[in-house]
Amino acid sequence: MTLAKLNDTNRFLIFAAIILLMPIWMIPLGGAYPDLLQKFAIYGIFAIGFNILFGLTGYLSFGHAAFLGVGSYAAVWSFKLFTMNAIPAIIFGVLFAGLLAFIIGFLSLRRTGIYFSILTLAFAQMSYNLAYSVLTPITNGETGLQLSQQDPRIIDSMFVEAGAGLPSTNLFGLKMSGFEGFYFCAVMLILCYYISMRIFRSPFGLMLRGIKSNQNRMMYTGLNTRPYMLTAFVISGMYAGLAGSLLAVTDPLAGAERMQWTASGEVVLMTILGGVGTLAGPMLGAGLIKYFENIFSAFNNQTLTEIFSFLPDAAVEVVVPIVGLFVGSGWHLTLGLLFVVIVIFLPGGIVEGMSRLAGLFRRKDQENMNGTASPQDQPGE
Amino acid sequence: MTKDIKFDFSRRGLLKAGAGAGLVAATPSIFMKNAWAEEFRNNPGNASEIKLGFNVPQTGPYSEEGKDELRAFKLAVKHLNGEGDGGMLNTFKPSALKGNGVLGKKVTYATGDTQTKSDAARASAKRLIEKEQVLMISGGSSSGVAVAVQSLCQEEGVVFMAGLTHSNDTTGKDKRRYGFRHFFNAYMSGRALGPVLEKEYGKERRAYHLTADYTWGWTQEESIKNTTEELGWDTVATVRTPVGAGDFSQYITPVLNSGADVLILNHYGKDMINSLSQAVQFGLREKQANGKNFEIVVPLFSRLMAQGAGDAIKGILGTTNWNWSLQDEGSQAFVKSFGAEYGAPPSMAAHTCYVQTLLYANACEMAGTFYPPEVIKSLEGFEFDGMGNGPTLYRAEDHQCFKDVLVVRGNENPTSQFDLLKVVEQTPRAQVEYDWKIFGGELGPYKV
Repeated sequence: MTLAKLNDTNRFLIFAAIILLMPIWMIPLGGAYPDLLQKFAIYGIFAIGFNILFGLTGYLSFGHAAFLGVGSYAAVWSFKLFTMNAIPAIIFGVLFAGLLAFIIGFLSLRRTGIYFSILTLAFAQMSYNLAYSVLTPITNGETGLQLSQQDPRIIDSMFVEAGAGLPSTNLFGLKMSGFEGFYFCAVMLILCYYISMRIFRSPFGLMLRGIKSNQNRMMYTGLNTRPYMLTAFVISGMYAGLAGSLLAVTDPLAGAERMQWTASGEVVLMTILGGVGTLAGPMLGAGLIKYFENIFSAFNNQTLTEIFSFLPDAAVEVVVPIVGLFVGSGWHLTLGLLFVVIVIFLPGGIVEGMSRLAGLFRRKDQENMNGTASPQDQPGE
Repeated sequence: MTKDIKFDFSRRGLLKAGAGAGLVAATPSIFMKNAWAEEFRNNPGNASEIKLGFNVPQTGPYSEEGKDELRAFKLAVKHLNGEGDGGMLNTFKPSALKGNGVLGKKVTYATGDTQTKSDAARASAKRLIEKEQVLMISGGSSSGVAVAVQSLCQEEGVVFMAGLTHSNDTTGKDKRRYGFRHFFNAYMSGRALGPVLEKEYGKERRAYHLTADYTWGWTQEESIKNTTEELGWDTVATVRTPVGAGDFSQYITPVLNSGADVLILNHYGKDMINSLSQAVQFGLREKQANGKNFEIVVPLFSRLMAQGAGDAIKGILGTTNWNWSLQDEGSQAFVKSFGAEYGAPPSMAAHTCYVQTLLYANACEMAGTFYPPEVIKSLEGFEFDGMGNGPTLYRAEDHQCFKDVLVVRGNENPTSQFDLLKVVEQTPRAQVEYDWKIFGGELGPYKV
């Protein structure tokens, strides 16, 4: 396919353009409002980071939400204690998530396969329960950690007098909500994409792929795989921490729900839906799920009746209740069906679907050229 | 394959890329131009319609209340637009509402699902504000959610008319200029419940608290504990339980041998249904402790919960904001039109949401504008009547409503499936009033 022929620089430029122009091309899709765009970018980062671990090494972590949550808490504490500037918040978020990833990774990576997944899941649930009840002085439990008027904000209070209302997060004066917040997240996403691309192409990435295809053989050659695995795990955790801190930057509140196992499962879904081990796939999956969650879940029978108003009245009465099951609070059902279909028919995710489509067109051009390669062999991205 | 597409950086390509980059860089300003043109968030301008946002739990432990709230909102919108029988519009006074929408504009609405989680509630409120461009957000059935959404609304400059939220913090330490609460709070529950508890159970009791582990549970536990300790009761233990736990047996077993003779359940929604049913199953109510009958108290009660708990609720004391059996004109009118529309009487959550919507609409009419600072000023210190609970005041200092509080008991002999709560006492407003300074907190600015 044509996309596969692009070199990395061009692919990167196209990616950057698509992301930055999102507020324009999302308008017809009804998604061009800052909150959703921010979510696209943030969960894109989360999924790209997850893919560095899962896509390259094949280690399936079921506890990545813990890092997301820690990133958020660290960022909100940075807002509370030091300054409302986004940069220190992000640095703290990434650092603390990296630290936690090091600890969890060090312990979990003693096992492989399903045991590794269960260990990470257990650690994440532990973190969730800690945040939810035991550590309430730090996390404020169910209510969620929020800013308050009484926060010290040491650095800010040295320079400016506190205003009457709560201060908002900023980047050297630029407010971090709305479209400015989205552009900040988008720049971070592009940066993350670039780093992830470099990792995929580096000898380190190759080593990780080697571990994925046959760890035993790697060890026979006298290579200790653990440090490589741990590094990948920590990098991936730091990505999640960055995503978590960005969530706090765009909306300074951190709730324990962010660490729940459903959130960990979501990122697995995103990655598989988009295409495991591909560069852009996880990003696509994240976008799709967040789009479903925000747009589909808001549909109600009223909107459906408007959509199907072209049908005769009798047909509308039949169609709307049936379709209504799949939208609104039933959006999970649609997502589930989509997921099943994709896993059965397109194990390589959306990216595989796109390359197959491109393959179809190409075959029309050159009937008797090479036979189609099996999906696994295709360079997905 | 020969038709390789290659990007080489010719001068033309570079120019194109430059133009593209320029467009990208300009996008924020294109969008911001819009933002500067309006003098406040989501100004309807000359549009013929306004939109209100109803953010209620449609899933999660408080979803029953959420669904009933949504019914009430839809009814309120109908009545505001002059459809239906008008409900409380006919009894509400002083009212500036004309039944032709608000300020001549038709009222429409958009809904969101809070999932009873602060994170999800804020995301859904953001969608309502940014995408649906609502003028006001209302609803919610959890104080954690109310506090989170209220502070978001303050930042965004959108009025928040809280739904069911009972924590002292909502209009206490977390109060906001843009947030208003019609519902009563835990402190008032304590004030109203105290004398009744003393009369029924005496002055020497040992209480054991099970408390939902978030802002509402904490403040209710504190308020009830203060009240009962003033009566001379001992507090044996206070145990925090996670929200949505489902199974409370591990928390109830220790109660049996704790030496307590009263169990106070600071739970709400499905949590309360589960914990109460399990407490009754464990035989707590047949038990004797310290030579007295073991008693259970549920400080915050609602008819929907009573319906869920079935027989377990019979004879149990609690407080409620409003009950459909009230005989005043306003309540009757509301019950009548709600019943005609949905075939069941409204819950207290529905009542408070309906009233809040009307109060917001009325404040806009009084202010003659949708400009939030003016709307807020006309709500502050507003006194009204005819909405159930007698004469009511929206206190300006903390945006808390003051009205009579109902002490109720689970009905032993219900005459219908809805006749589940019996009003024991209607505690007058004067008895539940307090100095707003005791909870601290600051409202913040009018203009954001």
